[in-house]
Amino acid sequence: MIRARYLPFVATVLIFVVAYALCALQFPNMLSFRVLGNLLTDNAFLGIAAVGMTFVILSGGIDLSMGSVIAFTSVFVAVLVRAGVHPALAFALALAVSTSFGALMGLTIHALKMPAFVVTLAGMFLARGAAFLISTDSVPISHDFLKQLKGIYIQLPDKGKLSFLAILMLLAFAVGVILAHRTRFGANVYALGGSEQSAELMGVPLRKTMIQLYAFSGFMAGLAGLAYTLYTSAGYSLATVGVELDAIAAVVVGGTLLTGGSGLVLGTLFGVLIQGLIQTYIVFDGTLSSWWTKIVIGMLLFAFIVLQRLILLVSERRAAIRASSGG
Amino acid sequence: MTHDALLSAQGIDKSFFGVKVLDGVDFSLRGGEIHALLGENGAGKSTLVKILTGAYRRDAGAMWLDGQEVEPRSVAEAQALGIGTVYQEVNLLDNLTVAENLYLGRQPRRMGMIDRRRMRGDAATLLARYGVGADPDETLAHYPVAVRQIIAIARAVDLSGKVLFLDEPTASLDAREVQALFTVLRQLRAQGLGIVIITHFLDQVYQIADRVTVLRNGRMVGSRAIAELPRRDLVAMMLGRELAEATAHRGSGATQPDTPAAFLFEGYGKRGSIAPFDLDIRPGEVVGIAGLLGSGRTETARLMFGIDRPDSGQAAVDGQPVTLHSPQDAIGHGFGMCPEERKTDGIVGDLSVRQNIVLALQASRGWARPIPRREADALAERYIKALDIRPPDPNRPIKFLSGGNQQKAILARWLATDPRLLILDEPTRGIDIGAHAEIINLIEKLREDGMALVVISSEIEELVAFSTRVIVLSDRHHVRELRGAEITAEAIVEAMAVPGDAA
Ligand SMILES: Nc1ncnc2c1ncn2[C@@H]1O[C@H](COP(=O)(O)OP(=O)(O)OP(=O)(O)O)[C@@H](O)[C@H]1O
Ligand SMILES: [Mg+2]
Repeated sequence: MIRARYLPFVATVLIFVVAYALCALQFPNMLSFRVLGNLLTDNAFLGIAAVGMTFVILSGGIDLSMGSVIAFTSVFVAVLVRAGVHPALAFALALAVSTSFGALMGLTIHALKMPAFVVTLAGMFLARGAAFLISTDSVPISHDFLKQLKGIYIQLPDKGKLSFLAILMLLAFAVGVILAHRTRFGANVYALGGSEQSAELMGVPLRKTMIQLYAFSGFMAGLAGLAYTLYTSAGYSLATVGVELDAIAAVVVGGTLLTGGSGLVLGTLFGVLIQGLIQTYIVFDGTLSSWWTKIVIGMLLFAFIVLQRLILLVSERRAAIRASSGG
Repeated sequence: MTHDALLSAQGIDKSFFGVKVLDGVDFSLRGGEIHALLGENGAGKSTLVKILTGAYRRDAGAMWLDGQEVEPRSVAEAQALGIGTVYQEVNLLDNLTVAENLYLGRQPRRMGMIDRRRMRGDAATLLARYGVGADPDETLAHYPVAVRQIIAIARAVDLSGKVLFLDEPTASLDAREVQALFTVLRQLRAQGLGIVIITHFLDQVYQIADRVTVLRNGRMVGSRAIAELPRRDLVAMMLGRELAEATAHRGSGATQPDTPAAFLFEGYGKRGSIAPFDLDIRPGEVVGIAGLLGSGRTETARLMFGIDRPDSGQAAVDGQPVTLHSPQDAIGHGFGMCPEERKTDGIVGDLSVRQNIVLALQASRGWARPIPRREADALAERYIKALDIRPPDPNRPIKFLSGGNQQKAILARWLATDPRLLILDEPTRGIDIGAHAEIINLIEKLREDGMALVVISSEIEELVAFSTRVIVLSDRHHVRELRGAEITAEAIVEAMAVPGDAA
């Protein structure tokens, strides 16, 4: 039998498979490696951000600064490259900035005992403002190094490609999965999501974990920013407004409990893919407004919140039965 | 400092909001001893434990471990020093698996990665020592409190290289599990560990402890070898006065009244939970329910109160058939129930003691009709006095009360609804001996006033003291009903041992 805690994940995967099958029935062309490859590439930056968001939500927190940090990173890199800095160095600098920014938010949340939502909201304005300060225009960039990066891909059957961005995202997920399930840091994050007080009384180092956690989410936001820069070949301070909300949606549709403590990083990948799938469907259809994506995601979100509630109730019942038959 | 002490502390002070709750407390623990820390509810026992284990910071004083001055600033640091603790509020994480709970922060690793397979294996071995068959890979939320308590103990024991603190570890365990725990503690003592145990069960103190230290109102009263301390003296040390032995024998008026049964359950049962039973309860009687943990005691209560739905039988109140499919139904018919898991689903920490006390009454009246402040004040005052809730401040957020005083407030919550039938699941758990006697007197008094009571308890003496009838459960069957002179501790114990299907 599937354990109750895996049910949301299984549901997400099922939804994805069924939805894909339905799409393929209507548009047989959608069932190809080419479409799948594009699906991954087009959603790479969102996926990378969502990996960071998954950890934050698992811990019972939230990171609203992500969209702004992505925009900041892209402008920052674009301006540096335009000024003649080598992209590799610019990337490293951008990641250092976004990671420290995250760490600082984590420290603030812990030290001031403030809700993550408040602190990261401030972070959101700060990062967006900083992006504007650097440049208000869209800054196009081109550099051989970037071309080389974009030239990296893995060939898939029937002209499909696993692009550099897609690979980067899958790597980010792989790292996320390992961190979440195979490291003490990951275990501490789940523990925080269960109950901060209990976690502390069990010896989880709150401060350290909080700083690491938001540093990680800052790093992922920075990496998403780099992916976005590569994807659009430009940096623009007005870009990626509200991406943090898409990331949150992907995390929840991926089966993670919004209140923290339960969920799988891999689920988020499917959450992102479902969003991408809907967009692809709309493109294939050609007549639907792209806002349908939002509507469907809204409905899915709602369905998932209800599903999680139900699972909770069912497992409580089971626990009651077990309590009486076992102990 | 004392040279033979494993862990010692001197002059520990601690204040909360300017109120001193520990005042110059000295404490010393030897290696290879089991040391009971005793005192009334609110005496400061848990606070002392939290200070010695890094969860709270002390205001003054010093502590030594193995002769070295130490200063654990967090639980993690104390753990690194070899100090393991089970706090009074069982601190585990529902959302993690059993194995993850056991090894959080000290997971076995291979090449930097958590070795999950080994962790599962270790967990299974560890739990087997305590006779717990929990699946290491299942989330903790699946297990009842008793199992969680054992898991918490197993974790603390396993990570305590030198010192183990147990703050009321036996509160939700039955006699068999307590013995299993004591066996483990004796082994640890033989290995030279220093063990501090807090409990309100004096029998257990005499059974396991080598020495006792008594706290009263935040001050240390004294520290004695248990062998030289008669029970009477110990009680006097704790209370600062002699305790009238009111609970020793049965109250006089405790015979079954002739009035017709007001509450009737016939063939009431639920598959997998409790076999169908018949039960009739009259106003003015106390039906005691005895049985080992897992015998179906709590399940009987949950069914009667509508928390679980029956799949057979019917219930009647005053001769009229009723459906009890939710606690609201039950409350509507004049039922009240004080649940066993008060620690987890009882208190609303941020609300004041008064608000916590009137909560159930407010719910039964409906939220549209707020209870007037004057009435709430009167209720709070009455029950704070009746149950001796300390400090007697109705405005204090309940989370700042000691564990035992929180329990009393929850009991008050259900008394305040003035039910016709009151179901109490382990009403004296975690409550000190002074208040224990008060609660038993209170049960007597409620009975005399014509309330019908069903009281579940693991303390057999207590059942003998106040019950007009005792129902004994075994293997989820109601196996025996004892009345009048039949109610003796021996008869109850004997009936508890009868296999359930033999009934
Ligand atoms: N976090 C806190 N904030 C304010 N006051 C507190 C806090 N914790 C405990 N107290 C107060 O300190 C006193 C001692 O409480 P403590 O929990 O140590 O008692 P205890 O001896 O463990 O009692 P019990 O047997 O009921 O568990 C009580 O008066 C309590 O109200
Ligand atoms: Mg206590």
